[in-house]
Amino acid sequence: MKVVLQNLTKNFPGRGKKNAGEVTAVSGLTFEIPDGELVGLLGPSGCGKSTALNLISGLLKPTAGRIFFGEDDITDLPPENRGVGLVFQNYALYPHLTVQQNILFPLQNLKGKDRLSKAVMLSKANEAARLVQIDELMDRKPGELSGGQQQRVAIARALVKMPGVLLLDEPLSNLDARLRLQTREEIRRIQRETGITTVFVTHDQEEAMSISDRIVVMKEGVVQQIGKPQAVYDDPANLFVARFLGTPPINVFAGQCRGGRLYLGEDVVLGVSGIADQEVYVGVRPEGFVLCETGCLSCEFGSVEVMGRDISVVSRHGASLNPTIRSIISAENRVDAKDGTVRFSLKPQKVFLFRKETEERLYGEITE
Amino acid sequence: MKKRWRDSGLKGWLYLLPAILFLGVFMVYPLIDVFVYSFEEGYNSASQTHFGIGAYNYAYVLHDPYFLQAVRNTFLLVIVTVPLSTVIALLISVGLNAIRPLRNLFQTVYFLPYVTNTLAVGLVFMILFKKTAYSDGLINLLLAWFGGHSVDFIDGPYWAKMFVLCLYTIWVVMPFKILILTSALASVNPQLYQAARVDGTPAFRIFMRITLPMISPMIFYLVITGFIGAFKAYSDVVALFGTDLNAAEMNTIVGYVYDMLYGDSGGYPSYASAAAILLFAIVLTITCINLLVSNRNRNHLQGR
Amino acid sequence: MSGGRNYSNMNSGRDYIRIEKAAKARKTTANAVTYFLLAVWAVIVLFPFYWMLLTSVKSYSAYNAESIPKFFTLSPTLQNYADAFTAVPLGRYLLNTTIFTVVTTALMLAVITLAAFAFARLDFRGKNVLFVLFLSLMMIPSELVIITNFVTITNLEMRNTFPGLILPSVTSVFYIYLLKENFEQIPDSLYYAAKVDGTSDLKYLFKVMIPISKPTLITITILKVIECWNSYVWPRLITDDENYYLVSNGIQEIRENGFGRENIPAMMAAVVVISVPLIVLFLIFRKKVMAGVSRGGTKG
Repeated sequence: MKVVLQNLTKNFPGRGKKNAGEVTAVSGLTFEIPDGELVGLLGPSGCGKSTALNLISGLLKPTAGRIFFGEDDITDLPPENRGVGLVFQNYALYPHLTVQQNILFPLQNLKGKDRLSKAVMLSKANEAARLVQIDELMDRKPGELSGGQQQRVAIARALVKMPGVLLLDEPLSNLDARLRLQTREEIRRIQRETGITTVFVTHDQEEAMSISDRIVVMKEGVVQQIGKPQAVYDDPANLFVARFLGTPPINVFAGQCRGGRLYLGEDVVLGVSGIADQEVYVGVRPEGFVLCETGCLSCEFGSVEVMGRDISVVSRHGASLNPTIRSIISAENRVDAKDGTVRFSLKPQKVFLFRKETEERLYGEITE
Repeated sequence: MKKRWRDSGLKGWLYLLPAILFLGVFMVYPLIDVFVYSFEEGYNSASQTHFGIGAYNYAYVLHDPYFLQAVRNTFLLVIVTVPLSTVIALLISVGLNAIRPLRNLFQTVYFLPYVTNTLAVGLVFMILFKKTAYSDGLINLLLAWFGGHSVDFIDGPYWAKMFVLCLYTIWVVMPFKILILTSALASVNPQLYQAARVDGTPAFRIFMRITLPMISPMIFYLVITGFIGAFKAYSDVVALFGTDLNAAEMNTIVGYVYDMLYGDSGGYPSYASAAAILLFAIVLTITCINLLVSNRNRNHLQGR
Repeated sequence: MSGGRNYSNMNSGRDYIRIEKAAKARKTTANAVTYFLLAVWAVIVLFPFYWMLLTSVKSYSAYNAESIPKFFTLSPTLQNYADAFTAVPLGRYLLNTTIFTVVTTALMLAVITLAAFAFARLDFRGKNVLFVLFLSLMMIPSELVIITNFVTITNLEMRNTFPGLILPSVTSVFYIYLLKENFEQIPDSLYYAAKVDGTSDLKYLFKVMIPISKPTLITITILKVIECWNSYVWPRLITDDENYYLVSNGIQEIRENGFGRENIPAMMAAVVVISVPLIVLFLIFRKKVMAGVSRGGTKG
């Protein structure tokens, strides 16, 4: 099922006397999720991503804007009539019911002509349980399960009624690091197998990038950029997006475009064309640095961190906005810091320029 | 690891001395003593002597028509008020939980009976229900409006007196139950309700399958404390019917104990002790039965 | 489980409007019914209070002339309040109750604070056994021990004295337990830091533990004050001299003998006077009282 959000806005009434005005959680949200895709809603906490999810589920009503499932405008429809499956951050399993009863719960709500026989319900529940691989745990109570198992039960409960749209709210944040890796692949597999259009909210960019068909980056209730993960990473629309995606994060410098050249402090690093002379922010991805005796960027050497396949060179530069510059280079390189400096040349496709006032991306051609 | 400081061994006992002293004199010693009293036959409170050991006191109490009357009254009161007050409190709490505006105001009002003097408000109930030479009283006026006959609820027939007693008891115990149930309801994870809503669960089913099981421990707690409290009813009865409860046929077990101890028919601590121990035995038995039943119910509710 | 398109609630646009309207109507009705029922109970709770206030300002003759009770009065009078204080020693009852309440509560706070401190903070032989013994005392109903206490106090010739009234209720195992739990939440490191600085145990108790546990102590104080103000059974057993009556016994006395049986307006004035202090206290400390009661108080 295709999901379309049109100009969606949600204001909350202010609390207390101090901020009596309204608080805008989501503003002018507009995007389309094609049928069968997995979309990651990504942003720092408080950016409105969970509000957006609750608008789709119907637990919240938008202040303005419309929501469509397929061709149907479902904006005013209460959640129970939307046919969505919802998985909560802390799973919200019914603690007094067994796994099986939890999964059966949504099916038992069906009334009238939709009513299912006991046998059908059981077989559907078993099917859902098999899909998330918890069919051995059917008689346990949620309290007797590990976090990862509870997560699977929650997903099975959301899937059992075959929702048109599956919504996941920070589904992995309560799991430990190893389990998180495993479960996100699991979610990807389940989504592929069922083909259910899925929206999943997270603040972890790595998580979103690794399993989403498409990511929506949000900040303060406003969409910053939408696209395939690699495309957004390779072509960020503004400084916020550039900074939010990637580990280690992008290195940002204060720079200048002058006479077709890009300056970082006094160092001329690259050539530019198609951009007027001005002060700019320069973002350089960690993998955009090349260790080079004759490199144009001269930095004060800090330390080398060994990461196995790669090494990370930590250094400092006067024009850098971050306290240190982190570059990632292949471990085959040897770092020898003569008189405490290292020199880098930069890969043009890993360098992005942003207008200083608006932090919007400046598009032009960057050359060596 | 707590470190042992020099001489704190003795010090601990020193800090506890007042508590141990008071508890010893006014709880532990009386506890032993009450059993002793209850088996001393023919105790004379003036000379503080007795002439035998045995179960006569129990036999006397169990054959005393006033005691049997008191037991009957107490059981009736318990059986009527405990379930009724719990169900009404549950309804009110669910209602309170469902609203936002005025909720604090309602909660405050509902709690008022808790902080009022049982004797004082009992007097108000009495004049509301009482029939005097001048006036039939407010309640009888209301009854008349609805075409009923006037009844003296305070000095009249047994059922009418029992009715007022039950009503007043419910009025008095309600604040505690509402308070406990509202906070129990509020502590249910709201996401459980959201999950159920998204799945299209009807309100009644949410209540039966999620709300009730989630707050069932608190309901059972209220039932048990309610039983214990109602078995010990006394001052609200005095408030409505005065101190001569035997004459009013409205005595309770606790009232019987006090009457035996003191007052017009008093001076028999042995009989009082025997009656008190019988009460304790009844309460203990009922509590145990309650615990057994509630355990089975809880397992049933939780689908075991 | 394939496809994910089996969308059972697929409806046309017009159905949506109908569903939404029905949902809204249901909600409005449910809301109205809820408010109505809540209001009914509020009236049941408040009516006795209203009636006692109303009756207390009706004049004696007007009240007795009403064979059909009136729901309001046009000529309120304060005469009944004057009668309540002059015809019976209501002031004396109030004073007695205040003395009883203040002294009992203060003594109890001292006793339970020391005991809770010992259990929570000090180490000594037999502590755990003693604590279990204390806890088991919580199950003993006061009705069981009151008989011997009555005899004890009578033998000590302390009937109709304040010590006789007060002493049996200056300890509470439950409050010791509550306070001990609270004390134990204060981190050990604070105690050791104070020890290193040479602070004595008693000073630590007063300078650190009591201030930190103030909310709990206030809760306990309020609950104890309510209990003292309303206590009836023990005072009734132990006093037969009007000079030592507390308000509850006073009310009972007024009911049986005071004013003559028929002066109900004066009786109601006395009831108002007796009820007001606790209601005021409750309205001031509303949150604390309710939190305290839900943490562990049944009436009586």
